[in-house]
Amino acid sequence: MKSIQNTPINRRGFLQVSASATAALSLGFSLPAHTQAKQPQEVNAWIDIHSDESIVIRYARTEMGQGSRTSAPMLIAEELEVDWKKVRVEDVQAHESLKRKRAYGDMASVGSRTIRNSQDYLRKAGASARMMLVQAAAQRWGVAESECQAVLGKVVHTASKKSLTYGQLAADAAKLTPPKDVALKDPSTWTIAGKSIPRVDIHDIVTGKIRFGVDTQLPGMLHAAIAQSPVFGSKAVSIDSSKVDNRRGIVKVLNMGEFVVVVADNWWRAKEALRDVSIEWESSKYAQVNSASLMKLYREGLNQTDAAVARQDGNALATLAQANKVMESEYYTPYLAHATLEPMVCTAWLQDDQLQIWVSTQNPESSLTAAASTADVPQENVKVFAMQMGGGLGRKSPQDFTRQAVAIAKALPGKPIKLMWSREEDTQHDLYRPASLVKVRASLKPDGKPEALHIRVSAPSIFSQLLRMPLQNGVDPQAVASLNDHPYDIANCLVDFAQRSAHVPVGFWRTVGHSQNPFVRECFLDELAHAAGIDPLAYRLSLLPNNEKANRDRGILQAVAKAADWDKPLPAGVFRGIAETDGYGSYTACVCEVSVNAKSEVRIQRIVIGIDPGYAVNPDNIKAQLQGSVVHGLSAIFWGEMTVKDGRIEQSNFHDYRLMRMNEMPKVQTVIAASGGFWGGVGEPAQAPLAPALGNALFAATGKRIRSLPLKNHGLSLVKA
Amino acid sequence: MKLNINGQTHQLDVEPEMPLLWALRDELDIKGPKYGCGIAQCGACTVLLNGEPVRSCAYPVSSAAGQQVVSIEGLAQKGKLHAVQQAWIDQQVPQCGYCQGGQILAAVALLKKKPKPTDEDIDAAMTNICRCGTYARMRTAIHAAARQAAQS
Repeated sequence: MKSIQNTPINRRGFLQVSASATAALSLGFSLPAHTQAKQPQEVNAWIDIHSDESIVIRYARTEMGQGSRTSAPMLIAEELEVDWKKVRVEDVQAHESLKRKRAYGDMASVGSRTIRNSQDYLRKAGASARMMLVQAAAQRWGVAESECQAVLGKVVHTASKKSLTYGQLAADAAKLTPPKDVALKDPSTWTIAGKSIPRVDIHDIVTGKIRFGVDTQLPGMLHAAIAQSPVFGSKAVSIDSSKVDNRRGIVKVLNMGEFVVVVADNWWRAKEALRDVSIEWESSKYAQVNSASLMKLYREGLNQTDAAVARQDGNALATLAQANKVMESEYYTPYLAHATLEPMVCTAWLQDDQLQIWVSTQNPESSLTAAASTADVPQENVKVFAMQMGGGLGRKSPQDFTRQAVAIAKALPGKPIKLMWSREEDTQHDLYRPASLVKVRASLKPDGKPEALHIRVSAPSIFSQLLRMPLQNGVDPQAVASLNDHPYDIANCLVDFAQRSAHVPVGFWRTVGHSQNPFVRECFLDELAHAAGIDPLAYRLSLLPNNEKANRDRGILQAVAKAADWDKPLPAGVFRGIAETDGYGSYTACVCEVSVNAKSEVRIQRIVIGIDPGYAVNPDNIKAQLQGSVVHGLSAIFWGEMTVKDGRIEQSNFHDYRLMRMNEMPKVQTVIAASGGFWGGVGEPAQAPLAPALGNALFAATGKRIRSLPLKNHGLSLVKA
Repeated sequence: MKLNINGQTHQLDVEPEMPLLWALRDELDIKGPKYGCGIAQCGACTVLLNGEPVRSCAYPVSSAAGQQVVSIEGLAQKGKLHAVQQAWIDQQVPQCGYCQGGQILAAVALLKKKPKPTDEDIDAAMTNICRCGTYARMRTAIHAAARQAAQS
């Protein structure tokens, strides 16, 4: 068996309390008995070396499918100079990091930033350990370090060919002072990073052994099903649980104010009983809100005069006022639910003043602080076990479900409580991708290029509503993302933001502002190119100035256009659109080829999608992220829309919040054009150019400009090509 | 009632209408089948019942009594992965992995019926939702597993 397949995911805390020995074994520890007996030697916080020469590399973020449990350790292994086959990856937990004064830095998996924000200290951890091992060998031999070289888990004295293994050197190396100056490898010499390495957790996934948050099992554990007010923000005034109090398996029905829970010995029993608990929710002024009233709210924002300025070059308003002809369009993108396949889940166990939680979280440190404050215990008393997530998509970073689980555990001290939301709760109590209404106006110069551009965004603010952060200069950076930082050479440009807050809770949805604003920017640019009678690729290239960032935009645009044979004619009946974006430190572009028939059935013939992430640490995983971004994006583009009626979300499950399936999957061709010199993310950016590339292709095919999503509202359906 | 799961017989005393999923997960600690929707839409709860894929979240446990139930945990035989599991690894199909147990079982059932499935067969049989979007790799893996089975 390849050792990579055997790589366990060590969740030490889980083992201490797991009721089931087989569950414990399934979580790892397939080491030979002799190595279990000997303590491994920790060289630094990230690296343990075992006497059998196996290496444990720690991973300090979480995993929801983005692949960084594999790619982050690859960077350490690369600098450490070890055989990847001997590496096992072990997750670090937030309480362990807290105990070591946050030795592991930021542990959140958000914003496509695991690699780009931690690559420097991860690589240095590997390089530093390698230098200490070399120093230890040099000291033992009494030779200069410069005469020694680290090669695949050994230090070799070049002249004498003497060698010592890392296992033989680890104890001495650990006693040395870590070097101050650490030189990192030139990425062109990488042998592990830059290669497509299989996921370290894949064997446990395909055998069903891996434990997600929902799979936590503890002795005497109880299950909680939850109901929150259908109209956001209301509390439960009273409940009547008399119908279920004596029902089999029901332990407790609790009115927690902001929510009601049934606690039972089986989640199904809890959920079924909850349906028969009558709950009176306080009446709410928000019960009047519906999708039409929300649209009115956003429309008002389009005409407000004192919007906050997000970008100002030249004088767009004056130029537009004097222009002979102004092009004007309005674009709308709807509220969206995350719909991670694993719903919100957290298990909490409060024993006296000691709290343990097992949670599907994108931000374990945030889980820890939320749990401690809810239980009112010191942070040192909390252990957080961040479980494999069945998708995160941005939803599992806020900690509402963690607070709920801990509050329930506090009401039932001594009992482990697993709170899992039903799909219906998950759909109707999400923190939604905000809706956004945008008005775009432009005038063109005689050569067809934009003379002035004004983009007005009217939308809620995630930063102000969810994070309760004051907006710098009144601008929510996500609400204007990709608009205020567009790379194009337009002398007069104004981007401004009219914040419009509704009672619908909002949050970070995969790709966040870049999931919606590129649809506006790149489709409107297409409108301008069409008005100017210029090829949309040529138009974009002519607008990109000569600077470092714009050159990268140009690079990915050209790479994708080339892969899509943009300069060659298409078969009859096939049409295409192109779009380019940058975000999360990476550069992305997309070409969509479509046919549309008289029944408005859209056949996507091919999608070419490309990214320049600077460095491609694990290329096959980047490819997977691009493929996944297309599926995630197409579900939203064709069907995604949360509508509001009587203050509540109308959709409730996958029958009315439709997600794409196998039979709708188009042909996707990926391009990874890593140009080096910078580090960009890969989990989110590729979704950005998809909607505009498709919108532009649909215009080419039908002559009808799509300015709102989802496409189902335009009568368009997705049919396999 | 008696349930045969992954070759082992379990004695269960539960409500007959309890969905099989919750008998497996919360009564027997068989966690491979996942909850995703509760209304037989997503297929994360898929298990094999006498070789046929069923969505266990909407399948009464009493209807499974006396029949052969296989969950993802029971697919590998004596530590040897099923060809579909191996193909899933070779093609690096999973991302988060939550739906993959159900997807693999659906693919196993398809290949048993149609050892050389066409793309249309795959489209018809593979109806489970994958939110990470691994559809293209699943298709490749199914074809690869079919080729593998044909050669061996």
